[in-house]
Formats: sequence, C-alpha cells, structure tokens
Amino acid sequence: MKRTAINQAYVFLSPYLFLFGMFIVIPVLVAAGLSLTYFNTVEMPEWTGFKNYVDLFTHDEIFMQHVLPNTLKFALIVGPGGYIISFLLAWMLAQIPHKPRTVLALIIYSPSMTMGVAMSVVWKILFSGDQTGYLNAVLLEFGWIQAPIQWLQSPDYLMTIMIIVSLWSSMGVGFLAMLAGVLNIDQSMYEAGYIDGIKNRFQEIIYITIPSMKPQMLFGAVMSVVSTFQAGDIGVMLTGANPTPQYAGQLIVNHISDYGLIRFEMGYASAVSVILLIGVYALSRFSWKLFGEKD
Amino acid sequence: MSYQGTKINPTKFHRSQLKFYAVLVPLALFMMLPIVFILFHAFKPIDELFAFPPRFFVQRPTLENFRDLMSASTDSGIPFSRFVFNSVVVTAAVMFLSVMISALAAYAMSKMKFRLKRVLFEINTLALMFVPIAVQIPRYLVVEKTGLLDTYLAHVLPLLSMPIGLFLLKQFIDQVPDELKEAAMMDGAGDFLIFRKVILPVIRPALATVAILAFQAVWNNVETSNYYVNDEGVRTLAFFMSTMASQTGNTVAGQGMAAAASLIMFLPNLIMFIFLQSKVMNTMAHSGLK
Repeated sequence: MKRTAINQAYVFLSPYLFLFGMFIVIPVLVAAGLSLTYFNTVEMPEWTGFKNYVDLFTHDEIFMQHVLPNTLKFALIVGPGGYIISFLLAWMLAQIPHKPRTVLALIIYSPSMTMGVAMSVVWKILFSGDQTGYLNAVLLEFGWIQAPIQWLQSPDYLMTIMIIVSLWSSMGVGFLAMLAGVLNIDQSMYEAGYIDGIKNRFQEIIYITIPSMKPQMLFGAVMSVVSTFQAGDIGVMLTGANPTPQYAGQLIVNHISDYGLIRFEMGYASAVSVILLIGVYALSRFSWKLFGEKD
Repeated sequence: MSYQGTKINPTKFHRSQLKFYAVLVPLALFMMLPIVFILFHAFKPIDELFAFPPRFFVQRPTLENFRDLMSASTDSGIPFSRFVFNSVVVTAAVMFLSVMISALAAYAMSKMKFRLKRVLFEINTLALMFVPIAVQIPRYLVVEKTGLLDTYLAHVLPLLSMPIGLFLLKQFIDQVPDELKEAAMMDGAGDFLIFRKVILPVIRPALATVAILAFQAVWNNVETSNYYVNDEGVRTLAFFMSTMASQTGNTVAGQGMAAAASLIMFLPNLIMFIFLQSKVMNTMAHSGLK
C-alpha cells in the first residue's frame, strides 16, 4: 500500500522532470562541460581546461571594454530601477478602490506582455533616424535639435533607449505579485503601527509594508533579476544587427549569440554562459539575503 | 481624530487618494502611448503613414494594412496565414501541455509523500532563476541531437517545463485543505481521480495564471524559430514579425503592415489578461518565496 503511493508520485512528476532535465539541467551541464573545451561544431570538442575563462578575462577586449560595462550598467539600472518602480506603483495602486485600480494596473502591466518582437516595430518607427521619425519630428518642431538624430544607430543614444524601453516593460509578474502582497496585508497591522508610534508613510513602508510582504518582495526581486537578463536581446532587436553599432548596446547575452551562433566558437560562448549563470545566481542569492526569512 | 494612515484596498473614493491618482494616471497615460500609437498606426492609409510632419492620430481609418497583411508572404513564398496557423497550433499545444504537466507535478509536490520531495522543490526554486537565453547553445545541441530540428516539436518541447508554473501551482495547491483529499480517499478514490475531480476544479485560478504565463512565453518567442527551425513553413508569427521589424526603418514600404501585424501580436495577450486578471491576482497572493 505504502509502496504504490511512492511510485505514483513519480508517475505524476515524470513528464515534468523529463522535460526539466532535457531542457534545463542537461543544457546547464553541457554548458559547463563545453566551457572547458574548444568546440567549433564540426570537429569533436577538444579539452583546453580553463583557457576560455582566462581568455575571456585577459584577451577579450570587446568583453572587458564593452560587454561587461554595458551589462553592468544595463542590469544595475533596469533591475533595481524596475523593481523599485514596480513596488512603489503596487503600493500606490493598493490604496485606491478596486475598479480604478484594476484599469490602471492593467495599463501598467500591459507593456510587459509585449516583451520582445511585438513592439520592436513601434520603437523603429518612433526612433526612426530621419525627420519623419516621431521623436525627431517633435524635437525639430520645438527647435531643440537642428538636424535629425540617428537614435538607434548612434552609440551615444542606443544604451539610453534600451534602458528606457526595458524599464517601460518591467512591470511584469513581479509587479503583480507585489500588488497582491500589499493588498493582503492586514489593515490592523497599520493601525497597530500608528499606536506604536509610526509617524508617516515612509516609516510605514519601512516598518510595516515591506516586512509584512517579504515573500512577495523576494519573488519580485528574483523575477526582476531574471527578466533583466532575459531582456538582453533588446539592443539587437532595435538595431537589427549583432554586434550592435560600435558595441554600444552589446550585452553579455548578445556576446554569447555572437560567438556561439555566428562565429560557431561554442566552447568559448559556453564559458560566457557559465559566467552569466553564476552572475544571475549571485544576484538572486543577494535578494535572498535581503528578503529571505531566516530559519 | 480618526485613523490617518494607509487604508489598503479602500471601498470608495476619498480626497486623500487624489495624490495617488495624480501620479498614477499621468504615468499610465504615458505608458499607454506606444500601444495607442500602434493602434492608430495600423489603421492609417498610406499617405498618413508617411505624412510630414508625422501625425499621431489617424484621420481616415482604413483596413487596407490588414488586407495587405493577409495577402502578404515572405521572400520564399510562405503566406502570412501559414505563420498564423503555426503560431496557433504551437501556442495551443504549449499552453495545454505545460499547464497539465505542471499541475500533475505540483499535485505530487504538494499532496503526496516521496523521498526526494524537498530536494526537488529546492531545485525547482533554484530554477526560477534560470535564464533560458544563457544556455541557448547547449539547448540548440539538445534539439539537434534529438532530431527535433525543423519540427513543430522544436517549438513546443523546450518551453514545456516552466519552473514558475510548477512553483505557483504548488503554492496554490498547498492552500487546498488535506481533508478534501482524505475524504475522497475514504470513498476509495485513487490519486489520479482525486487530481482530476477534487484538485483541478479548485485550482482553476492558478491554472489560468500558468496558462497566461505559458501563452506569453510561447506567443512572443522568436528563438525557437530562429535557431531550431530552418524550414520557413514551420516558423511562427513571432518570426514573421521579427523579419518585418528588421525591414521597418530601412525601407518605407510595409510600415503599415508591420504596425497591423504588431497589433495582431499584441491583442491576444491583452484580451486574455483582461478576462483572467482576477484569477491571476488571486494566484499571485500565494506567490511568496520564503
């Protein structure tokens, strides 16, 4: 009787575990393995030890001068920025009645549904480089610029546009979770807080709101780390080229595609993948430190 | 003096809420702009699309762009309708299968006893941080070695295991009292019957949420078309969109069509969410990570 119960659980789990293994576990292990080899997809992988990692940090000028600084800049602004905006918006939305809240939350959430291709056309038209581009037309009209600017092809603006577009669409699942979190805080917590001497909204957020919804805060943080890195293709989408003009919008994800799928240096690309996975893991662990419940 | 602090989820309007509206409404309007823009742009006739100075609003709306789109095809002669068909098939398959697979696993994780339970849940939580795009190369190798290249399955199988789906469903099933399961067991029901008749009906909100997340993951996905499929006839609408997008800006023609296609890509997302939003919020209340 006991035995069959044990077996049944694995029957329920097997389809999930099979696909999980095939498309998540195996790829991560293969990436780790290939990162220690030279592999050009034609010949068998050739063992090279840590050469790829050493090369990455000592010889790869594009990585050190463009990709790494770009990724740090993009991630530090879009990750925490999008996260803080999501929290503040969720907090404000929780304090208005149900109907207007639903409409406003829908509008704020909707850009995150457009992640990726659906909106790339819009950006191309809005930021178009000649005077028929909408942004150029407006700025020329007001006399703020003298000649149309090549927004998407110019290394000076590309990163800023990538950041704005990513922030615009950063109110996703984490935002919804935090909204649900704020809504579920017991009203009496606030009333008790004021009796205990809380004086203003800011203290309220620090001492009551955030501590009461730590699990949702953590979920939101992990989601924002993941979606920040997952959004890495945006530069290539906007400019239509990998590498992006003068590597201005080149992020670590693009560096992986560049080496792995364009130059077919898969061993090297795998080393970059491993570095990225470690980075994402470290950031998520950091979020855990901030919001995780201590045992 | 009455209580002056935060009133969460108020039932009616109060003057003190005005400051929130003052921030939220302008911001929401601003955030809507690109989406409203695509709506107008899709209905503009050719002379308005390229009017100078460019206009935001459409003056004489027309369905011309949509008509062009219907008869459009790629350089290799694959018609628009083929991409729509592929997308619908692939999306339906991913939504149904990923919800079922996640729900089965979540039931086991929540209501059944087995030795690896804790470890597997820890691994899944770790996988919430997984960034698929980081391992695009080994994933490609897996797809290639298993002979999935150029098949519909190449669009479907890689997207089916969603750690976030299993996580949300498991948290939701945890809320279902064990007594429900025990009562059904008394009546002689096995786990499959309990899953189907007792659990599935009460976790509908979470199923809807995971279905939406799966939808967004598959409908907007270009990677599978770009990397796993060389045969254009098997590629999806998202791919067609990306080729249109890459032409937009370089050539003037096709801008209206691209806008119409963007709208077609975006609307299903929006409509699904509008219908299911209360269920999503209900599920998200249990999304906390501890």
